[in-house]
This record gives sequence, structure tokens and C-alpha cells, in this order.
Amino acid sequence: MSEDLLASPGPAPTLTPKVEMRGIVKRFPGVVANDRVDFTIYAGEIHALLGENGAGKTTLMNILYGIYTPDAGVIRVRGVPVRLRSPRDAIRLGIGMVHQDFRLIEAHTVVENVFLNYDGLGFIPKWSALESRLEEIASNYGWRLNPRARVGDLSPGEKQQVELLKLLVRGADILLLDEPTSVLTPIETKVLFKTMRRMAEEGKSIVLITHKLSEAMSVSDRVTVMRRGRIVLSKPTREATIEELSAAMVGGQLIGNAGLEERPTYPAVDAPTLQVSGLSVMGDEGVLAVRDADLTVNRGEIVGIAGVSGNGQIELVEAIAGLRKPVRGKIMLNGLDVTGASPRRLMELGLTYIPPEGKKWGIVPELSIYENVALRVARYKPYSRMGVINWRKVAEVAGKVVSEFRVDTSSIKSRAGSLSGGNVQRLILGRELTTSKPSLLVAAYPTKGLDIAASEQVRRILSRLRSEGVGVLVLSEDLDEILELSDRIVVMYGGRVVGVVRRGEATPELLGIMMSRGVAASASA
Amino acid sequence: MTLESLSFIEAILTSAVSAGTIYLIASVGECVTERSGVINLGLEGIMAMGAITSFIITLAYGHLAAILAAALVGAVFGLLHAFLSVSLRLNQIVVGLAITWLGLGLSAFMGAPEVARELLKALNPSVPEFLAELKQAPRLPEVRVEFLAGIPIIGRALFSQNALVYAGLASAVLLWFILFRTKWGLSLRSVGENPALADTAGVNVFAIRYLAVVIGSALAGVAGAYLFIGYQPFWVENLTRSRGFIALSLVILSSWSPLRAIAASFLFGGVESLQFRIPLRGFGAETPQLIMMLPYIITIVTLVLISLASKGRIPAPAALGKPYSREE
Repeated sequence: MSEDLLASPGPAPTLTPKVEMRGIVKRFPGVVANDRVDFTIYAGEIHALLGENGAGKTTLMNILYGIYTPDAGVIRVRGVPVRLRSPRDAIRLGIGMVHQDFRLIEAHTVVENVFLNYDGLGFIPKWSALESRLEEIASNYGWRLNPRARVGDLSPGEKQQVELLKLLVRGADILLLDEPTSVLTPIETKVLFKTMRRMAEEGKSIVLITHKLSEAMSVSDRVTVMRRGRIVLSKPTREATIEELSAAMVGGQLIGNAGLEERPTYPAVDAPTLQVSGLSVMGDEGVLAVRDADLTVNRGEIVGIAGVSGNGQIELVEAIAGLRKPVRGKIMLNGLDVTGASPRRLMELGLTYIPPEGKKWGIVPELSIYENVALRVARYKPYSRMGVINWRKVAEVAGKVVSEFRVDTSSIKSRAGSLSGGNVQRLILGRELTTSKPSLLVAAYPTKGLDIAASEQVRRILSRLRSEGVGVLVLSEDLDEILELSDRIVVMYGGRVVGVVRRGEATPELLGIMMSRGVAASASA
Repeated sequence: MTLESLSFIEAILTSAVSAGTIYLIASVGECVTERSGVINLGLEGIMAMGAITSFIITLAYGHLAAILAAALVGAVFGLLHAFLSVSLRLNQIVVGLAITWLGLGLSAFMGAPEVARELLKALNPSVPEFLAELKQAPRLPEVRVEFLAGIPIIGRALFSQNALVYAGLASAVLLWFILFRTKWGLSLRSVGENPALADTAGVNVFAIRYLAVVIGSALAGVAGAYLFIGYQPFWVENLTRSRGFIALSLVILSSWSPLRAIAASFLFGGVESLQFRIPLRGFGAETPQLIMMLPYIITIVTLVLISLASKGRIPAPAALGKPYSREE
């Protein structure tokens, strides 16, 4: 990415702190999201806040934006201690945040979105004057943005500019950008970085919340790394190295313990259950999300897919599960060509798919536990006969699922939506595995959002399946988890498989570099 | 073209406008309500209430009082709707249908001769009681705009009507301006698209929805008053004949714009007046049922066409029909 920006880091930031956060503590049930965090933002700097998902960086910024109240700690803005009760308090102090998911009204125009409930507006605003004001700001940053365009017709990069406009017209000069490049194309990213640099030159302060090392390196003046709720490193970017930052992000502790221990390989290795060749898949935006991907999963092995989110992993997995039609390429399941087969046929051929966000895609929250089990089994004997469900049999198997997979509930008649995330995930796994014996299990982010104990249980289930000879393909945002589980790790970048690393050869640093740069480096793949 | 066919066209246009104004007043108000994210299926009942109110109040106090009273009764029904659907967050479909049945039932009760007589006596004892039993009231007078009314073909249709027709047109323009050009209109439309976002931007979602429902319902009451004193001033039960529901579908046809509602309403007014005139000219004289179905068939056909033209993406307010609560 634009290395030229590295060479011109802008004027040296003056040493007046614009924001000081001292000793910030924020606890959520079961986790300490921010543990005595100190964070300082200077005028005229681009400050990269780096960390993995769940490291606590978004929580910290949400505190600064008034969305969360800290349990302890002090915040000073321009030297004055402040209490931020809502985003409106933050905006009044010149602090604005652009969220990862845009908060815009697609049906409305740019100018309408920007000036919704704007204070300085009369009952009948002078819309043409407001439009030219937006045009002025846009041209200042070199954006081509039509204030009269419908936001729904804009590209992600332009939508982001609308979000920035909302903050700029309200006088924000401390801008918090949460993973701003996750939805942008490389060219749009370049435009954004130029904008950020220009804003910094104007004396504005920008916090770039990101998990992409290369971004932090190329655009920021200062970099702070968070890990498990704490600041582990903070220094001027020009003094930092990519290796140092990636080690700080993922932490070295896992290397050498359970994560990389030798373990018996299942005898049937090289008996592939899944063979994907030359697969290309269209993404939601109408561009190819997966390009020419090859992938093999053998029986009795766990293959992990690593990658920064948005690099085609989920589209690849959905194509394998029959939820997306491939554009090109071939998918073989146990030697059968199943390219374009329906999810139901794939299921009957031995593929089990665990969707992401179990509560949303894996269960019907309003239905009871045993009804959710029935969704899977009701089509088959002995659970139904001639279309009439045998509820007694369903209840039997639901009871078995609940007890064998330790779903913590008082009754199988409880609403599935009342279960915790970990219990939902065990219910889904139990439902899929109690009633059929798959040859391939595809799990998309199976531990996302779960607490440590529940994640561990899910990983144990996946390991057990491996030892029973099932091929497991797992998608995870947690590098530690991928390293712990996988026999082989497939790294994706820009929709392509950029490398396959064997257990024992994989280190967090190597994967981090492959994930963020898309090069296999010196890895012997 | 012969003189006869010219005057036929003129007559059709004139009655298209006068029949269409019923739809216009109701659907313009419903545009506002739905733009805020609330659907009011109670229009039918509120129109019926407006009609019966205007009947009794016209006899008691005259036209102006009747129109105001119909608006007030509509507003009260709107408050009830808003309380149930916005504050208690009940299903808007159920609330609306309940209000329709309530309004239809209550208006039929009030229109029964002995009830209407008692109401009239209570309101204004000086009015002879028998007037209520005649089930009639004086019609709104025509207000002819000289010169303009003389324009061939369209002059009579647009400039020789009663005051409520002009008021209906004016309210369409005014409400369009408010919705699309004012700060308040922008807030209202934002509430209908994304109430959570509007809320965080500091817009009072509940106040806006209450007001939008009350405005729409008051106008539905006025539409009922117009139906009676401006269009067909003799009381029969089921006077509204599903016109409230047609007004609802016209809101979709106008894609939630009060200005387009003018064209849509007059189009349907024209269809409605045709259905009475075609049989007179011979066709369908024996079996008028088929022609009486015209408005409903055209409603369905136009909705299908709109859906096809917009490729199944009818630009409805994104939060239409969805109750809002802060906890979510």
C-alpha cells in the first residue's frame, strides 16, 4: 500500500495533547475490555490504534465517543476533565466517530444525511447554500461527491466521505475511524489516507482503529498496540518495525505450548473429502470475492482459513456450503462433483455447515430448543412419517443433544433465543452431529463472540471430530485459535489463496505478514 | 371532435376532480403518516367518522364547524392509533383494522335516525329535529374562480369546485413542501427510514410519529367530511365504501409523495366517475357489477405495474410498519 505516504509523515506533531485518557477501565460480564488504559492523542497526528479483534480498541474509542461510560479513569479534552454521557456530548467537544457500519439513510441525499437535525438550520433551510458548503469541503479534500446524490447509489468510499462530512460540518477535529478501510477498495483506501494526511496538516487529530499492520505502518505518525484490553506498545511509527508490531498484537505466549504441540496424524491423511480447484465466487458488491482458489481438506485433518476479514474467506466457505453459486471452478465432495449443488444435497452427501453468528443464522430464536432440533431432523424417518412429525422422537433426540453437548437449559421447551452464545453454538453443533455423521464439517467463525470457556469447548468438539476421521474446515478471526487447531493453515488475501502453511512451520508473525501483505514471504508452502 | 364529446370529457374531468378529492385529502395525510414509519389502516373508519360528524355538525352549526369537527374527531382517532402503535408498540396492522371497525361501527350507530336526532338536539336545540331524519345536509357551495373557470375542458374541473377541493390541492402542495424542503420534514422522513439513527441525531422519534399520525388522521376526518358535504350529502350506512383502503393503495401508487398523490387521486376519481357513466352509454347496463369492480381492478393492475417498473423495489420508507423502541 502507498509506501510514499511513509516517506512524508507530515509536520511533526506538536506536543500539546488534545485528548488524554488515563487509567480507563471498562468491564463487561465475564471480560475486562479495557484494563487501566492510558491513551493520548496529540494535535495534528494520525494515531494508529492497532490490535486484534476483541483487543479492546473499539471499546476504548466508544468510551471516548460517549457510547460507553468507563468504570474508572479520567478523560481530559484540551486539558479539561470531561464526562461524556452520549455521542452528542462528544460531538460538542469536537470528537466524532465513523463506525465500521455506516450510519446513513440510503434513501436520502448526501446533503440530507449530513444536515439531519443540524443545529444551525432554520425551519426552511437554504438547501443550495448547504450544498455548496459541502462541495467546498469535498473539494478541499479532493473528493468528487455530488451533494444531491442518493446515498444508496454511492460507493463505500463515498459513503465514508458522507460520514466524515457529518462530523466536519459539526466542527469535529478529533476523528475516530473504526476500521475505515475494511470496506474500501485499494484506490479508495489511498484517497482516504490522503484525506487523513490533509486533515492532520490542518491540525486535526485522527485515530485509525485497525488490525492491519501495513496500514498502521504506511499512514500513521504514532502507533499504539492493544492486546487483551491493555496497551502493550506505543511509539512513533518510524521507530517501529512490522515484526515488532505483529508480535505485540498476537503475543508470543502461545508459541510452544498447546498451540503447536505435535499430535498424531490420522492414518487416513491424503484421503481428501473436499477438493476445491480454480474456484471463483462473486461477492455481494458484484466483484469477484474469491479468485481461482484451490483447497483440499483430508479426512482426519483440520484446515484453518486465516485472513483479514473481507478477503474472500466467507464467500469461499459459503460457496463450499452451497449458499453461493461459483462463477468458475470445481468443488468435489468425497470424489463427487458437487459444484452448484443445493445445501440440502450437500448435507445428504456428508457436509455439515455451521454458519457464522449462530444466533442469527443457526437457530430460530423464537422457537423452542426441540423445535430447533426438529428443523434439522423433521424431514427424515423416524422423526416424521408422511409429513407428520413424531414429536416424541424429536424430543428424545433433542434431549440427547442437550445432554451430550452440555447445553445449559432447564428444559428442551425453553426458547432457543434465551440461551447464551456458547449454548447456542453447542446446540447447533449437537443438532448437526447427533443426527448425522458428516465426512466434512465447515465451520464459519464458530467461536466468535463466545467467552473463553465456551470457545474452548467448541475447539474440543472440532478436535474430537478430527480424531474420528472427519475433515474440518474452520474459519476464524483469532490467529491463536487457528494456530492451536489447524493441521494446515490456508491464508487468503484479496480473494486468493496466497499460501498454505503446515503445523509446525506456522508462527503468528509469518501468518500476520502473509495476511496483511498477501505475500508468502519465505514460507515453504 | 364533436361538441357533445367535448362536453362529455369536460364532465368526466370535473367529476374526476370532485370524486378524486376524497382520495386526495386522505392519501396526502397518509403520505405524511407513512413517511414517519407508521401505516394507518384505520383510514376507512376515520373517514366514516368524519362523514357522520360533518352530517350532524353541519345541521347544528354549519359547514365550517363541521369541517373543523371532522378534523378534530380524526385527530382523536389518530391519537388513539398513535398511543397503541407508537407508545404501546402494538402491531400497526391490527391497530389500524381495529380503528376501521370501530369507526365504521360507531358512525353507523351515530347515523341511526333516533341517535342522530338526539345528538342534534343535544348540540343545538334550535334546529328542527326532523332534519336529522331526512339524512341530508346542505352541500358545500361551489366557489367559481371567474375567468379561469371559463378555460375550455379543464376550467370547470379545476376552478368551479367547492372550497375543500382547493384546500385539498393546497394541502398536497404544502405538505410536499414541508416533507421535502423543511428541517422538520427531513427529520420526519428520517424517522420513517431509520428511527434509531434519527434518535441518536437528537430527533424526538415519538413526538414526530405522534404528530404524523395525528395529522394524517385529521386529514382522513376531513376527507370523510368532504365525502359527505362536498360530494354526496345524504347519509347511508357504509358511505365510505372502501375508499379509505383505496386511499391507502394510492399512497403506494404516488410513491409516498403528496404531489404525485394529486395525479393518482384524480386518476382514480376519473375511474370512479366513469364507472357510473359508462353504463349510461349502454355498455354494461345489464351487468353493472363488472364495471363497479373497475377501481379495484385498476388498483391491483397499477400496483403490479409499479412493482414491475421499480423492479420489485418499491421505495417504501424502510421502517414502515416497524414499532421503535430504544432498547433495541
